[in-house]
Amino acid sequence: MTSSLPLSESPSPDSPRSTIWRQATSISLAVTPFGVAFGVASGQAGLSWVEAVGFSTLVFSGSAQFAAVGVLGEGGSVATAVISGLLLNLRSLAFGVVMAPALNGPRWWRALAAQLMIDESTAVATAQRERRWQRYGYLAAGLGVFVLWNASTLLGASLLGGSDDLIEATGIDATIPAAFLALLWPRLQDPVQRVIAGVGAVIAVVSAPLLPPGLPIIAAGLAVAIARPWRSSAGTVDPNETVEPNLNVDPKPDPGPAEADR
Amino acid sequence: MTPATATLLLLALGTYLLKAAGPLVLGGERKLPPLLERLTLLMPAALLAGLVATSALVDDQRWSLDARLIGLAVAATALWQRLPFIVVVILAAAATAAARAIN
Repeated sequence: MTSSLPLSESPSPDSPRSTIWRQATSISLAVTPFGVAFGVASGQAGLSWVEAVGFSTLVFSGSAQFAAVGVLGEGGSVATAVISGLLLNLRSLAFGVVMAPALNGPRWWRALAAQLMIDESTAVATAQRERRWQRYGYLAAGLGVFVLWNASTLLGASLLGGSDDLIEATGIDATIPAAFLALLWPRLQDPVQRVIAGVGAVIAVVSAPLLPPGLPIIAAGLAVAIARPWRSSAGTVDPNETVEPNLNVDPKPDPGPAEADR
Repeated sequence: MTPATATLLLLALGTYLLKAAGPLVLGGERKLPPLLERLTLLMPAALLAGLVATSALVDDQRWSLDARLIGLAVAATALWQRLPFIVVVILAAAATAAARAIN
């Protein structure tokens, strides 16, 4: 990713500091509309603003927060909401393995830094080669997103959370499928994931009238069986492909397929 | 405790364990078992597609074709045109609102 960025603003090509800051800033700003949308979605699902911000602080994982709150809003159980969120967050496990060498340090420090393990921080970090700059990028993007994500959640939850009529009239409820589609979009560049997504969507819609709310999402997860992940030849996925930021903050630094996630 | 608070605490705990497993337990040199690694990378496509489909097409456990679908189509077009996220979302909301106003 670095090589395709214009380096003219960097004081020296050896210090990626300004590149990292530019990426961290744009990616942090890019999550704010998502945060507002999450605050609104929480209000619609009947959450208080404290609960909405609690999700953004303690869970701190965009798509899982949306999924869990969406399931609750439809009347799904706590267990279904938690499982939907956790299945979406399985990828944190892979990010953790990728980031572990760069996050070396005392145990308490690694424990704290782990909370910032999200798509954006991993993406900015893995764009760097050296471990110390990976760490720098991880912290810059992680902290930037953390602050703006929580601030924008609060904004959405307190300003717009309650009023159903306003939400319908302004079409704000339609921002939720749009937000999920934006998260999914970069993954559709990969033919295998495109098929998985298609099958997952069909499973979810067909099972929606039959299963309790939330379970159709978990059922959609079965679509990964299409790729026969138990066969070693299915392992064509490069971890670096899915840790790109999936928000289309700046089309230029795209390494190839459009990428970005929260 | 409200169901939302219970969900929040359980999801926060589970998510944290997933986030921290790498840095705290696995250390730098270990790798995930291949099956688990592939599942972690492929699962989001399936779940996100399920979320897109149900949030656009399902209402109260019934299929429902309404103005949200127009918003989704506009969002897809905007993403295809590589417009920034904020524009995608605003266009989706505006298209849905316009469709409702006409109705």
